[in-house]
Amino acid sequence: MQYLCLIYDDETRMSRMEGGVRQEFMQSYWQFNEDAKKAGVFVGGDALQPTGTATSVRVRAGKTGATDGPFAETKEQLGGYYLLDCEDLDEAIEWAARIPTAKFGTIEVRPLMVFEE
Amino acid sequence: MSTLAGQAVDRVFRNEGRAILATLIEQLRDIDLAEEVLQDAYVTALEKWSTAPLPDRPAAWLLTTARRKALDRIRRRRTGERKLQVLMTEREEHLAAPKALEPVPDDELRLMFTCCHPALSAQAQVALTLSILGGLNTKEIARAFLVPEVTMAQRLVRAKRKIKHAGIPYRVPDASELGERLAGVLAVVYLIFNEGYFPRDGERATRTDLCDEAIRLCRHIVSLLPKAETLGLLSLMVLQHARRDARVDADGVMVRLEDHDRARWRADETQVGLEILNSAIKLRAPGPYQIQAAISALHAEASLAADTDWPQIVLLYRELAAKYPTPVVELNLSVALANLRGPEFALRRIEELSDMDDYQPYFAARADLLRRLQRYGEAVESYDRALALTDNSVVVQFLRRRRRECGVPTEQ
Repeated sequence: MQYLCLIYDDETRMSRMEGGVRQEFMQSYWQFNEDAKKAGVFVGGDALQPTGTATSVRVRAGKTGATDGPFAETKEQLGGYYLLDCEDLDEAIEWAARIPTAKFGTIEVRPLMVFEE
Repeated sequence: MSTLAGQAVDRVFRNEGRAILATLIEQLRDIDLAEEVLQDAYVTALEKWSTAPLPDRPAAWLLTTARRKALDRIRRRRTGERKLQVLMTEREEHLAAPKALEPVPDDELRLMFTCCHPALSAQAQVALTLSILGGLNTKEIARAFLVPEVTMAQRLVRAKRKIKHAGIPYRVPDASELGERLAGVLAVVYLIFNEGYFPRDGERATRTDLCDEAIRLCRHIVSLLPKAETLGLLSLMVLQHARRDARVDADGVMVRLEDHDRARWRADETQVGLEILNSAIKLRAPGPYQIQAAISALHAEASLAADTDWPQIVLLYRELAAKYPTPVVELNLSVALANLRGPEFALRRIEELSDMDDYQPYFAARADLLRRLQRYGEAVESYDRALALTDNSVVVQFLRRRRRECGVPTEQ
């Protein structure tokens, strides 16, 4: 089954990290990528630009509107994701727990919906 | 329809129904489908068994019949959607592959870990466990938890959907996780017991059905996975439940443990509880349930309340508080200490506790200590807080009676 792991954390954390700590943190992400790929679990994954770069798009009455934001006042923001192919939820939880941000933020694990043919 | 067939079906349902369902769920990986086709299989059994001799192994017959019905359903559903389909789907192949013919005892254990998976809410865990492993119907579970039947039905549907779509496995966890996950299962069982032992509502002091079900489930876990803490929990519940007849007086008012007529404790059950505790302790893996069972055992061994070995009970509570500190354990330790160091000492301790705002036993205990100190005005305030937190008439009457003893007229 495929699980989307959504990575939520205070998006200013990285910028507040000292050089050495940040390097180490990034290193732990590269290590995670490598481990997930080696285990054949990795399907995809990316980090996102901060929410300040977000644009909300809506089509209403045939008209496309694009606005700045959203800027929901939450402590944690979506900062990246992994798409992982796991045996079951237990394996997905195990991998999600290894995502470095899990130590400070929250990883939301969502199974992909499968449409029966 | 012959009554003989009816009796035979009823017998299999009662004795092996849960085991058949567990194995079927394990094989179909779909709780709803398993429940539906097993229901169908019972109906078929009623028809078939009244005209033909009973099968040698009725459980195996039901399992096979139900599985065949599941396969039919999946095929029918698909041909409705797509006319030409030559290849079997992966699911059908999985289903058509040889399977256990008889219910597999471990399937029930696997299912228990599924129902009590931490990815499900505590409420959902309890509801699922009672529904699938306890064999209670939705109406009964709804009644036990004081929610409308529709609400409980929705809760069960959502939980089953999550198991299916999130891929919660049917598996006994690895050794590395087993301790923690088993603790989760035992917590659900104890929650069910406590729901029966301290009903939040109603006219009775004990909901025997829920207590019995929790004990039955725990016995079953013991038979499949005999760990020390499982035995400890079983002992704890059996010892507590043995006191059920003494918990209410002739007027339907709650009786405190120290005022129990101990002749009304069920001696045979107490004996069983003590033996289970001994076998738990022999496994040399101590834990919170065993300590609590040991405290219950000390109460059980005192034939008069005055003979209670309070110093030993305080030591056990201290061990519990040191290793598994919670405000509730602190409260119980303080109340036990009142027997050695007096109510004033105990009161000072419990007044330092936090997170007690919604906990009825806290205010009942506090009120009792104040009453013993003849600080009646404050005692009444605490009785009122306690009264606001329970709707169980047995407890309400007890609290009201004690409140009256404080000699402060009821405001009305």
